[in-house]
Amino acid sequence: MKVAVVSGKGGTGKSTVTASFVALADEKGYDVTAIDCDTDASNLFLVYNPKIDFEKHFLTGVHAVIDQNRCSKCGICYNNCAFDAISRTDDGFYIDPVSCDGCKLCARLCPNGAISLIESNSSMIYGGKFQHGYILYGRMSPGEENSGKMVSAIREISREKQDNTNTNNYNKTAEDNNKESIEILDGPPGIGCPVISTLTGIDKIVVVTEPTLSGLSDMKRVIELADSFSCEIFVIINKYDLNNKVADDIELWCKTKDIPVITKIPFDRQMINAIINNQCINDYDPKSICSIKLSEAFNKII
Amino acid sequence: MKTIAIASGKGGTGKTFISTNLYKLMLDKNINVALADVDVEEPNSLLFFKEAKESTYKVVDEFRPDIQTDKCTFCGKCAEWCNYNAIMVIPRMKKITLIDDLCHGCQACQFACEYGAILPSKTDIGKVTSFIYDNKINLFEGKMIISKSSATPVIKETIKIAKNHDNYEYLILDSPPGTSCPFIQTSVRADYVILVAEPTPFGISDLRQSIETLKDLKISYGIVINKCDLGDNKLKEYLAEENAEIISEIPFSKDIAHDYSVGNIASNTDTVREYFTNIINKLETL
Repeated sequence: MKVAVVSGKGGTGKSTVTASFVALADEKGYDVTAIDCDTDASNLFLVYNPKIDFEKHFLTGVHAVIDQNRCSKCGICYNNCAFDAISRTDDGFYIDPVSCDGCKLCARLCPNGAISLIESNSSMIYGGKFQHGYILYGRMSPGEENSGKMVSAIREISREKQDNTNTNNYNKTAEDNNKESIEILDGPPGIGCPVISTLTGIDKIVVVTEPTLSGLSDMKRVIELADSFSCEIFVIINKYDLNNKVADDIELWCKTKDIPVITKIPFDRQMINAIINNQCINDYDPKSICSIKLSEAFNKII
Repeated sequence: MKTIAIASGKGGTGKTFISTNLYKLMLDKNINVALADVDVEEPNSLLFFKEAKESTYKVVDEFRPDIQTDKCTFCGKCAEWCNYNAIMVIPRMKKITLIDDLCHGCQACQFACEYGAILPSKTDIGKVTSFIYDNKINLFEGKMIISKSSATPVIKETIKIAKNHDNYEYLILDSPPGTSCPFIQTSVRADYVILVAEPTPFGISDLRQSIETLKDLKISYGIVINKCDLGDNKLKEYLAEENAEIISEIPFSKDIAHDYSVGNIASNTDTVREYFTNIINKLETL
C-alpha cells in the first residue's frame, strides 16, 4: 500500500503526521518504508536519525556554458533562448547557470561548437534503517532544480528495494519478508512538479490542513490536483482549535465533496516538544491527545 | 526601488503573515510600497485584503509545439533534440505524441524539424492580476494553473509587471517555499531577502539550506524569528555561528494566529507594531 501525505500550504504538520504514521504502521506489523519527497526541505530523517547504508548522487540537471575562445559573438544563442538565461555584455555573451533550463538548444544552434553542457550531481539520495523500518530521502543541493525528477528517482529506488527483498540487498531479515509492505510518503508543499511526482501511483492521499483561510484555500487547490489521480482522499485538520469556525468551514467543504475528515488535532505544545526531542509524538508521549487522535486517524486510512 | 523577498525553506513559518502585515504597516506610514504574491502555486496574500479590487490581468503562456502530422516524416529528430523526453516518435507506426507535462517550451523541436511539421503554439500556464488597494495599484498576484508544473515563468512575469508598474519605494515579494528554482528566481530579483525561521529542528535544518543558497548567490539577507518561543535555543546558536543578523523576533500568540486564520491583518497593538517597525528600520538602512 502507498500512502502520501500532502497539504498545499506548508507548515500544517505533514512531517509530524507522517512521522507518527510511520510509527503506527510499524506497531501494526507492516514492513514500513518512509519516503521524504520534500527534497528542498527534508525533515523526516531528523526525527528518526537513520543508520545510512545507501547513498547515491542525483543528476539534478545540466546547464550550458560558452567557451569564450571559440565564440564568434554572433548572438544566435542569445536570440533563441526561451529562458532569458543568456546576457549580452561588451565582452560577449554569458549564460546564467541559475536561469539556464538545460534544454541544449543553444549548444545545438551554435555554429562554432562553442557551447557545452555541464552536469550538476551534488544532490544526494540517502537510505537507511531506523527503529520503525527503512527511510529514503533526498537532499537537494542548495540552488539545484528538478525536485520532481528527484522524487521519481527516490521512489524508483524504493521499488527496486522492494523487488530485491529476497536477495537481501538491503539487510532485510526473513521475518520482514512475510510482512505486508507499506510506503508512507511525506510530500512537499505546493501543487507543482514534485507534488505531482509524489501523488503518481499512490493508493491513498492524506491532506493535512489547518484552520486558516490560507490552509483552506491551499487544501482546495491540492485536492483539485489529487482528484485527477482518482484514489481515496482523507483530510486531517491540525491545530483545529486555533479557529473552530474555520475548522467547521473546512469540514463543511469536505462534506460537500464527500471527502472524510478523519480527525481534528488540537494545538498542543507537546507536538513541538516531541520534535525538539527528535521523536514523533506517538513515541514521545503515546498517551497524549494528539497521539490518540493520530492513531484513530491511521486506523481509518488502512 | 528596493525589492525585498520574504522567504523560507520550510513552509508555514509565516512568510505571508510577515509580507501582508509589513505591507499594511508601511501603507499606514504613507510609504510608497507594493506587495506581489509570487507563491504562485498557493498564493494567499489577497485573502488579507478583501477590499482590494481587481484592475487588470495578464495571462502567462508558454510555447508548445503544434505538430502537423500530414507534414511529419517521423524521422525522430525533434524527439532527439528534446532534452526533456517530451516527444515520442514511433516511425514504424507513423505515430508522434507530445507529452505536455514534460514539455518546457524551449522550442528545440521546432528548430529540429526540417519539414515544417512543427508550428509554434501556446499553452496557458498562469495569470498575473493587478489589484487596486488604498486607492492605487499596489497589489499583485501570480497564480499558476492547477496541474501545470512551470511556476517560474509565472513568478518572473509577476515580478516584472510589479516592477514596471510604478517606481515604488519598496516592493515586497511573498515568496514560494523551498530552496530550488522558484525561490531562486525570486531571490535573484530582490535586493534583500528576509528569511522567516522557526526555532525547531525542522526550522533550523531548512534555514540552513536557504542560507547556503543565498550565500552561493551572494544575496544579502536577515532573519525574522517567528513563533520564537515555540522551540529551543539551537536556532540562535546556529545564527551566531553564521553571523546572521536577526531583525525581529515574534513570539507565538493565539490572537495573532486567530487574526491570521480569518484573513485579518494582526490587530494594531503596540507590541505587534514594534515587531514590524524593527523590520522597517532595517529596510531603511539598505
